[in-house]
Amino acid sequence: MARITVRGVSEIRGPIIIIEGVTGIRMGEYLEVNLPNKPSRKGRVLAIEEERVIILLYQGTYELEKDEIETEFFGRTMQLFVAEDMIGRVFNSQGEPLDGLPSIYSDEYRDINGSPINPTSRIYPRDYIETGISSIDSMNTLVRGQKLPIFTGAGLPNNLLIGQIVKQARIAGAEGADKFAIVFGAMGLTMDDYIYFQRLFEETGTLNKVVMFSNLASDSAAERLITPRVALTTAEYLAFDKGYHVLVILSDITNYCQALREISVALETVPSRKGFPGYMYSDLASIYERAGIIEDSKGSITLLANLTMPNDDITHPIADLTGYITEGQIILDRSMHNRGIYPPIDVLGSLSRLMKDGIGEGYTRKDHPSLSNQLYASYAEGLDKRRLAEVIGKKELNRRDQILYEFADKFEDNFVNQGDNYRSIVDSLNLGWSLLSNLPETELTKVSEDLILEHIKNKGADSD
Amino acid sequence: MPHSAKERARIVTIKGSTVEVRGLSSYRMGEITYVGEEKLIGEIIEIERNFATVQVYEPLEGLKINDPVYPTGKSLSAELGPGLLSNIFDGIQRPLEQIKKILSSSFIQRGIHINALDRYKNWLFEPNKDLTKGHLVKGGDVLGSVQETETIKSNIIVPPNTNGELLSIQEKGEFKITDPIVELKGSDKEKKELTLMHEWPVRVARPFLKKLPVSEPLVTGQRIIDMFFPITKGGTAAIPGGFGTGKTILQHQLSKWSNADVVIYIGCGERGNEMTDVLREFPKLVDPHTQNPLMDRTLLIANVSNMPVAAREASIYMGITMAEFYRDQGFNVLLTADSTSRWAEALREIAGQLEEMPVEEGYPAYLGARLANFYERAGQVVTIGSPYREGSINITAAISPPGGDFSEPVTANTKRFVKTFWGLDSNLANRKHFPSIDWLNSYSGYIKVIEEWALEANLEDWGRYRQEMFTILQKDDELQHIAELIGSKALPADEQLIILVADIIKEGFLQQNAFDKIDSFCPIEKQMKMMKLMLLFYNRAEVLIKNGCPISLIIGLKTVQILKRMKEDVQNDNIIQMNKIEDYIHTDMEELGSKYGYKV
Ligand SMILES: Nc1ncnc2c1ncn2[C@@H]1O[C@H](COP(=O)(O)OP(=O)(O)OP(=O)(O)O)[C@@H](O)[C@H]1O
Ligand SMILES: [Mg+2]
Repeated sequence: MARITVRGVSEIRGPIIIIEGVTGIRMGEYLEVNLPNKPSRKGRVLAIEEERVIILLYQGTYELEKDEIETEFFGRTMQLFVAEDMIGRVFNSQGEPLDGLPSIYSDEYRDINGSPINPTSRIYPRDYIETGISSIDSMNTLVRGQKLPIFTGAGLPNNLLIGQIVKQARIAGAEGADKFAIVFGAMGLTMDDYIYFQRLFEETGTLNKVVMFSNLASDSAAERLITPRVALTTAEYLAFDKGYHVLVILSDITNYCQALREISVALETVPSRKGFPGYMYSDLASIYERAGIIEDSKGSITLLANLTMPNDDITHPIADLTGYITEGQIILDRSMHNRGIYPPIDVLGSLSRLMKDGIGEGYTRKDHPSLSNQLYASYAEGLDKRRLAEVIGKKELNRRDQILYEFADKFEDNFVNQGDNYRSIVDSLNLGWSLLSNLPETELTKVSEDLILEHIKNKGADSD
Repeated sequence: MPHSAKERARIVTIKGSTVEVRGLSSYRMGEITYVGEEKLIGEIIEIERNFATVQVYEPLEGLKINDPVYPTGKSLSAELGPGLLSNIFDGIQRPLEQIKKILSSSFIQRGIHINALDRYKNWLFEPNKDLTKGHLVKGGDVLGSVQETETIKSNIIVPPNTNGELLSIQEKGEFKITDPIVELKGSDKEKKELTLMHEWPVRVARPFLKKLPVSEPLVTGQRIIDMFFPITKGGTAAIPGGFGTGKTILQHQLSKWSNADVVIYIGCGERGNEMTDVLREFPKLVDPHTQNPLMDRTLLIANVSNMPVAAREASIYMGITMAEFYRDQGFNVLLTADSTSRWAEALREIAGQLEEMPVEEGYPAYLGARLANFYERAGQVVTIGSPYREGSINITAAISPPGGDFSEPVTANTKRFVKTFWGLDSNLANRKHFPSIDWLNSYSGYIKVIEEWALEANLEDWGRYRQEMFTILQKDDELQHIAELIGSKALPADEQLIILVADIIKEGFLQQNAFDKIDSFCPIEKQMKMMKLMLLFYNRAEVLIKNGCPISLIIGLKTVQILKRMKEDVQNDNIIQMNKIEDYIHTDMEELGSKYGYKV
C-alpha cells in the first residue's frame, strides 16, 4: 500500500499528536515519525475527524519539533514478523532485537491485534497441568489453554510462585512435550524483576525456549499497550501455526492498565471507575481471550499474568475487570505470607473455572472432585472458628469447633505451606485425605462413604 | 431542497466504533448502512443536520475519510423461520458455523455478509387444513407447520401487520425457506407471497393480542429457586453477582433443566470458552421433561468479550426478537442473557463516542429506559392470529456489578423492572456454597402465583414448608450474630438445634452441585420430600430437646449426615430410599427417647 509522508504537526499533547490537512489516512494505521539523527518513533492512528488525524506515539512526544517532524503513514496496521527462530530471543515491544543478534527475517507477518477466535472453533480445555503445588493442583487445578492471573500485592512472592511453576510444571499426557515454548511479556517491569526472570529461565534451562518481549519501567508507557499484543501474536503463531504448547507470562497487568488510563486521559475520554476508561473491560478481553485451544491445531496458549492489586484491593477496577474475564484467579494472601507460609495462596478466594472438567476419573483421580469440595468446606468452617476464637477465646469453643479450628491450622501449615518443594498430584491428594482423617466422620459430608472407606478407614488399617 | 442524490455518501469522521457520514440522500434513524469498500455493517444512531452517526458492528481499522457508504433502506432485522434452533449466531445473527466454513479459519474476520438462515435446506411443510382459497388471513395466523427439530414443531405464521385474501397455499411438501408457500391478495389489491421465513426489525417489539398475568412456575430443578425464590413462565429475574459467584453456571443450569419449550442463551460480552462449553455439552444432554436432546430446543447467540462492542449492544435485541418469534408460535421461551452489564457498558461506550452527557458512572441518561424496554418484552401473552395461542417469554439476566457492589447503576435500575432478584454473595461463593444465592437478600415477586399453582398441582404443603424453613434460616441468622460474640456453646439447646437444622438446610438443601450427576437437576417431588424430611427431623428433635435431651446427642446422629447427603446419594426417582430415610429419622428419635427416657 502506498505510503504517505507529511511534514509538521498541529498539536502535541502528552503522547498524542494531531496532524491536520492530510487525506487518505486509514483508521488504526501504523506510522513512523522520523527525527533527524534519532531513532524513529512508532505510532498508531486512533481517530480521524475530517482532515484531522489523531495519533498515539508509542515512544512519546518529548523533544518533538512541531514543524520539523516528518510522519510516514504505512497504509496498514502494525505488524510483527513471526518465525520459530524467535524462540530463545529477546525483543522490545516492536519486535526489534535487544540481544545484539540480527532482526528476524520471515515471510510471515501478523497484525498484532489478532482476530477473535470463533467460539465454534475452540476446543474446550481439559488437560490439567501438574504444577507440583498442592494448593493449585488439588484445589485450583490449572488446565492447558486456561487464562489465569495471579492477584498479588506489593512485596508478596508472586514471582517466586511463577518461578516454581515454570520449574515444576508438567502437562498431563505431555505428548509433544518438546514442542513447548514460553512467551514472556514484560510490561513496565523493574530491572530487578526483569533480572529475576532472566535468571529463572537460565537456571531452569528454559532460556532456549523463551521468547522475551521487554518493556521496562523506564520505557515508555504508551509502548506498554503493544507489549502484550506482540507477545500474544507470537504465541498464536507458535501455538496455532507451529503446534507448540505455549505458556504466556505477562507481568504486570497493573502497569498495563495504568498506561491505558494515561492514554485515555490524554484523549479526554469519559472515565468510569477510578479514572480508568470505560472500554478497559473490552481492551483487557482483547488480550486475555487470545488464550485457548483451537481445532485443527496441536498447540495451545496458556496464559499466566501477574496483577498487583493496588493496596491489596480486590475490588480495584484492574483486578475486578480481570476477574470478570479470566478463567479464575490465584490470590496471594498477605497475612499468610506474614505468618511465613509459602506459597501464601488464599485457597478459598482463588478459583479455577476450568477445573471442573479437568479433574476426576480419567483426568486426575476419581476422588479429586469430592475431596477438594470437602477440603474447601472444612477449611472454610475452620476459618469461621478461627474468627470466632479471636472474639471469645479458643478455650470457649466447643469440641467440634476446636477440631475444625485445628483443621484449618493444619491445612495451612502442612498442605498450603510446602516451600520450594515439588509434590506430585497424587501426593497432594493423599495429603488431603490424611488431613481429613483428623475430622470426625460426621463432618465428612461432601465425600461418599465408599471414598471414606477407601481413603481413610482402609488406609488406617493398612498402616497399623 | 433535498440535496442531490448524486452526492456520494461518504465517511467524514472515524472514532471508536462509530463513523460520521455525510451525503446520504435521506437520513432515517436505525437504518442499516454499509460502510467502506468492505461494506461493514452499521446502523444509524444519530442524525444532526446532514450528518449521520453510524455505529459499526465490525472493527474499523483501515477505513479512510471519504470511503463510500451505502444505505440499504432496511432496519436492523432478524430473520425468523425454521433453522434457528440448535444454531449459534453472532450479535447480528450471522451463523458462526457458516462463518467458519466460509473463511476456513478458526478466527473471525470482518466484512462477511451471510444470511442467518440456510437458503438451500429443504423443510417439510404441512399446510393448515383449515385454510382454503378465499379465506381472509391476518398477522399471526397459522399457515402450517414444519418440524424444525426433533423436539420443536414450528408454526409457520403470517408476519404481523400483514393480511389479505388467500389466493393459494401449497400442498404438503418440501420447500426452501424462501420458496413461496402462500399467495395473498392484499387490501391494496397487490399480490403478496409469503415464505417459511420473514424478517422483523429487532428494536421493535412484536405485537401480541394481550398480556396475561403469569400463572405457572418455570420449574428449574434448582432447589433454592423452585422452593424459595421461584420464577414463572413469562416472568423476569436478575442475577447480580461479583466475578466467580456463579452467574454463568446458574444460567447454564436454567438453560439445561428448566421446563421451557425453547431456550435462547445470549453470551453478551463474556468468555469464548463458556460458549464452547455449551456447544460441547448440550448436544449430549437430555431434557428431563421431554427426554429429547437438549440442543434441539436451544438457540445460542455468542458475542463474546473480544468481539466488536457495538454488536454486543445489538445481540440483546436479536435475542429478544427471536424469543418473541417463538412466543408468537405459542411456545414458552426462556431467554437468558450473560451479562446485561456488558450490554450496558456497550451503551456507555457508544454514548461516550457521541459525546452524550453521562449521568451516573459514565452511563447515559437513557440506561433505565433501555432496560425497561428490554424487560417489558417479557411476559405471558395471548398471541395475535388464530387459532388461539398463548406464549411466554421469561427473561433471566445476569448483572456483573463492579466490585460486586449492588448499588451501581445497572443493578439499581434493573431492580426496578424485574420481579425476582437472586443476589449472589461472594462470601458464600468463597466458601464454595453454590448456588451462592443469598437467601436473606433475595426475593421473588411470584410467591402468591406459585402458591395458587401449588394447590392445584397437589403440592399444597409447598407454602408451609417454605415458610417453616425460612423461619429457621432467619432465626439462624440472628443466632449466628449472637454466637459470633459468645460462642454457640453458650446458647440454649433449642437455639443450638436451630443452628444445627439451618446447617442441614444450607448444606443439604440450598447447596446444589451443578457438576454432580444426580444433584445437578432435582425434580420437584424430591425437593418437596427433602424439605419434608428436614422439617420432620427438626420437629421431632425439638420435642426431645424440650424434654431435656442434650443437643450433643442430636448433633451426633447419623441421620444428620444422611440428610446432608441425600441430594447426591439418593437417585432422583428413588422414592423408596427417601421413605427409608424418613423411617431412619423416626427410629433415631425414638431410640434416643426410649434409651434416655425422654418423651418423644
Ligand atoms: N452450582 C454450582 N455448583 C458447583 N460449582 C459452582 C456452581 N456455581 C458456580 N460454581 C463454581 O463457581 C465458579 C464460577 O462460576 P461462574 O463462572 O458461573 O461465575 P460468574 O458469576 O459467571 O463469574 P463471571 O462474572 O466472572 O463470569 C465455577 O467455575 C464453579 O467452579
Ligand atoms: Mg460468568
